[in-house]
Amino acid sequence: MGAQKKGATARVSEDPEELARHPLQAILLADSFTTKFRPITLERPKVLLPLVNIPMINYTLAWLESAGVEEVFVFCCAHSKQVIDYLESSEWSSQPNFSVTTIESHNSISAGDALRLIYERNVIHGDFVLISGDTVSNMSLTQALQEHKDRRKKDANAIMTMVVKQSKPSPITQQSRLGTDELFMAINPVTKQLLYYEDKAEYSKGFISLDKTLIADNPSVILHNDKQDCYIDICSQEVLSLFTDNFDYQHLRRHFVKGLLVDDIMGYKIFTHEIHSSYAARIDNFRSYDTISKDIIQRWTYPFVPDVLCGSSAIKVERQGTYRASERCTIGSNVTIEGSYIWNNVTIEDGCQLRNAIVCDGVILKSGAVLQPGVILSFKVVVGQQFVVPAYSKVSLLQQPTQQDSDEELEYADSTSGTGELRSDKLNGDIAPDLSEIASELGTGGVGYIWKVFEGAYDEEWRHSVAPIPTDKLVKLMLDRDEDEELLTQDGNIISASGELKTDSDGNGSEDDDNEDSRDDYVSFEKEVEATFLRAVHENVKVDLAVLEVNALRLSYNMASVDCGGAIFYSMMKLAVESPHNSASELHRNAADIVTTWQKLLKSFLHDIDEEIEVILKFEEMCLESAKEFAALFPQILHLLYDKEILQEDAILRWADEKEGADESDKVFLKRSEKFIQWLREAEEEEEEEDE
Amino acid sequence: MPDTQALVNDFLNKLKKRKIEGSQATAKQTAELLRSVISQTRMPYTNQAAALIHSVKAVGERLIAANPVELAVGNVVRRVLHIVREEDLSLTTAAMAGLNLSAESDDEDDTDRDNHPALSAAAIAAASRSTLRPPSLQTLLEDVPDSAAVPHTSSSGGDSEGKSKSADKSSRSRKLKHDVIEAVNELIQDISTCHELIAEQAVEHIHQNEVILTLGSSRTVLEFLCAAKEKKRSFRVFVAEGAPRYQGHLLAKELVTRGLQTTLITDSAVFAMISRVNMVIVGAHAVMANGGVIAPVGLNMVALAAQKHAVPFVVLAGSHKLCPLYPHHPEVLLNELRSPSELLDFGEFSDCLDFGSGIGAPLLHVVNPTFDYVPPKLVSLFITDTGGHNPSYMYRLIADYYSADDLVLERRTTSGN
Repeated sequence: MGAQKKGATARVSEDPEELARHPLQAILLADSFTTKFRPITLERPKVLLPLVNIPMINYTLAWLESAGVEEVFVFCCAHSKQVIDYLESSEWSSQPNFSVTTIESHNSISAGDALRLIYERNVIHGDFVLISGDTVSNMSLTQALQEHKDRRKKDANAIMTMVVKQSKPSPITQQSRLGTDELFMAINPVTKQLLYYEDKAEYSKGFISLDKTLIADNPSVILHNDKQDCYIDICSQEVLSLFTDNFDYQHLRRHFVKGLLVDDIMGYKIFTHEIHSSYAARIDNFRSYDTISKDIIQRWTYPFVPDVLCGSSAIKVERQGTYRASERCTIGSNVTIEGSYIWNNVTIEDGCQLRNAIVCDGVILKSGAVLQPGVILSFKVVVGQQFVVPAYSKVSLLQQPTQQDSDEELEYADSTSGTGELRSDKLNGDIAPDLSEIASELGTGGVGYIWKVFEGAYDEEWRHSVAPIPTDKLVKLMLDRDEDEELLTQDGNIISASGELKTDSDGNGSEDDDNEDSRDDYVSFEKEVEATFLRAVHENVKVDLAVLEVNALRLSYNMASVDCGGAIFYSMMKLAVESPHNSASELHRNAADIVTTWQKLLKSFLHDIDEEIEVILKFEEMCLESAKEFAALFPQILHLLYDKEILQEDAILRWADEKEGADESDKVFLKRSEKFIQWLREAEEEEEEEDE
Repeated sequence: MPDTQALVNDFLNKLKKRKIEGSQATAKQTAELLRSVISQTRMPYTNQAAALIHSVKAVGERLIAANPVELAVGNVVRRVLHIVREEDLSLTTAAMAGLNLSAESDDEDDTDRDNHPALSAAAIAAASRSTLRPPSLQTLLEDVPDSAAVPHTSSSGGDSEGKSKSADKSSRSRKLKHDVIEAVNELIQDISTCHELIAEQAVEHIHQNEVILTLGSSRTVLEFLCAAKEKKRSFRVFVAEGAPRYQGHLLAKELVTRGLQTTLITDSAVFAMISRVNMVIVGAHAVMANGGVIAPVGLNMVALAAQKHAVPFVVLAGSHKLCPLYPHHPEVLLNELRSPSELLDFGEFSDCLDFGSGIGAPLLHVVNPTFDYVPPKLVSLFITDTGGHNPSYMYRLIADYYSADDLVLERRTTSGN
């Protein structure tokens, strides 16, 4: 097998060249800053959860080591002690040419915070690999790194190379394989520059919008929905300083990548590197945990498979790729186990049935217990005799954190992941006396809380669960997607000049659904803006900062600045109504105060007439619906806005003209403000006369 | 010895991560590593051979565990152990001869043994018995203290004697170490020149206008064919591509640059082409003690085709590929399952590997084994660096290269202690 030697010699010849520059560094985020693995992650950090019997972080470290990374900074936040202890006792602390340094932080609540902290430490001296501790890969970094460096030489603004992988031609695979949402990327096929990134695209919306300059600037654009983001990034030092400059960047993809793509002042560019035969995937939720486990067993990640990683020890591959390991588990007779993950020291008594469940360390299933698909049993839970744990439920010895946001993406804002550790310690102490009280929840002799599933969230539960997607859901998913099949790949040249990519999905019901959905989006966006505005008022945040925050919100919800103006105005008026007032005049004064203070904020989102008209329409709507008190004050407020130069007279007049043709019922406010408009018109005429 | 420790760890890592591939490279690096282990081992006054064996075994076990599939590692470790035993035996025999000599002749004053009072016949007999017994591990561990004690008891105290004796000891220990290192160097030399030695025999096997078939790529085969070509033999080569790694493509390319008539065929076309072939020449991953061959996947099929058409099936293997174990041995991990990505593109097939839908297990399962086992009855001839051998002769070669005590390295920990 002489030809195989070539690889070895090639590596040798590259090494001195690599060493002459900086040693390659990597930042490993040992915290995902999400709560998708709760309740398990309340007690043990996600990176230490066993993946085919080996803590996840080992796969990542082993890959980094073999990819030629020499220095790894492991950033630990939640359960940092456990991670540090593990790393110190593991083989990683004693590797030659591979140093693992831990950086501990207790107040970081997002990847952004982590990177800012690392920047402050000033430990990164050159290009580095950014990866989270739950990523499994066997790709070779050499080529990607070389591409990155070559690009850097030509263009100092190419600061990041994202690794993407082709996956599936089938539109539902993303969902059913990794449990993540559809991802859209626009990539320039020649330069491989990433132009657009959207992972929260609501498929049901049926369209995504691209900036038209994007099409104007690039001779060709390929819009992909068949790429999988591997969450492996090769970054230049600038990335860290960018995080520091933009203190509001939290999420790596949602804020940082999108922020860079939208921001054309600095001109930073992100490129992609596509891998073909190698494997890379990130464990984002229970579904991908299941999928990646099975991929590992099927040896897609070779050589990072358990029998190789563990070396000599217990694990050996047997026929049909089954692994057998001594687990100190006791399993009774007549037990049915299907597609489940059973960790160490688990006792399963006679006659239990498990389907697609995750059973953590130390769990006891009393005889006859049944776990329906998708059940997660956290550490040391005891399920009582004959008890049936309902599908998709999560059971833990710890109580569910009370103020949990149903939208877990926002979780990092309320910093629960940082304090989770403390809480768990405290609760552990409390548990003993409460045993009798909680026993009832899991049948006789059972110990543990069944976590409540939030309204609405229940529907989503099956998406991320370990259990396979039920057939009916799958059929529904298929039907949904079929309508939008056309969207697969389109050349930029065909995209209409408006920059809007509409599919020809003109199913009867889908149009309404689309509106409904975008409306929902708008409502939640409005709420966010309101919350931001209130915070700005109460905490005396500077106008500039408030503008920034609203802008960030706009980006993350993918709203136009028209919507921002409306939403801010709405929140201002709402504040005015809600602050105490006795009479209409007092209300007017309130409104005037607020408008005066925050006019700059409002103004910064009103760039043209259309946006101003939007504000008037919004106001009209409010007067009709949510804040009827304003109805009487309509003309006054309009005047106020005119005085403060928030609304130009053109806008008001155009609004009036538009309303002229409307129904009588719509004209209520037009009539009320007739005088004011009249006055405006006269003023205008006078001006014109003067001009002449 | 922090230095060797680091070397060992580094090598272990490489083995574990499958960064070193190919038997020859592995064998050579293993031998070099063991050489440095030996040179770093501190030699005690007594029982040097046991100390060497102990340290080699300690390292060797870890190396074997790091990549149990690469049998060459184990082979080299056993070879080195055998070398230590052989050298020790020859030294002891020489010493014994010297002892006997000095006991008989009183003329020589300069040797230290000369100062000793004549050893009792019984002591000499015991010492010689212990050294002349076949050097099994058991005898080394149990009896060497005895035999070392023999001269000690016999020397009747006195500072000068003690000193001179220790000087002799250290010179002897240096001698042992030196000899062993010399022998290991020879082994390394053998490993690195095995291609040439095998290739030298090429003209005896390849004749004018013959058609040779091979599968996949092997450096030994390449050198072999080229050597025949250089000797002005003109012949044609059929290369089966060797899916899924397609190293046959590389071999074909290389052969063409060396000016050989080459035909590339798919693996599945082997049976169709075999009737036109005069001889099949292939490389091996390892040769087992029974003459069976562990070879790149697909070779069993080629061997069967060759047998069907009575075409000689010749296996080229350097002596480092000679494994003293039998394929039914529990220690032997015959195969390694590599990543399915060599067979198909993950992206294209990811919808078939969908765990989320249906029954939760994909209907598609990809298996990618690396090796095949070719039973000895299908092999016509082995060509090693020492010449051509029948499969049935392999056990004799193995007896030359290995000591019976080293065959099972891991059992040592239980039986030895």
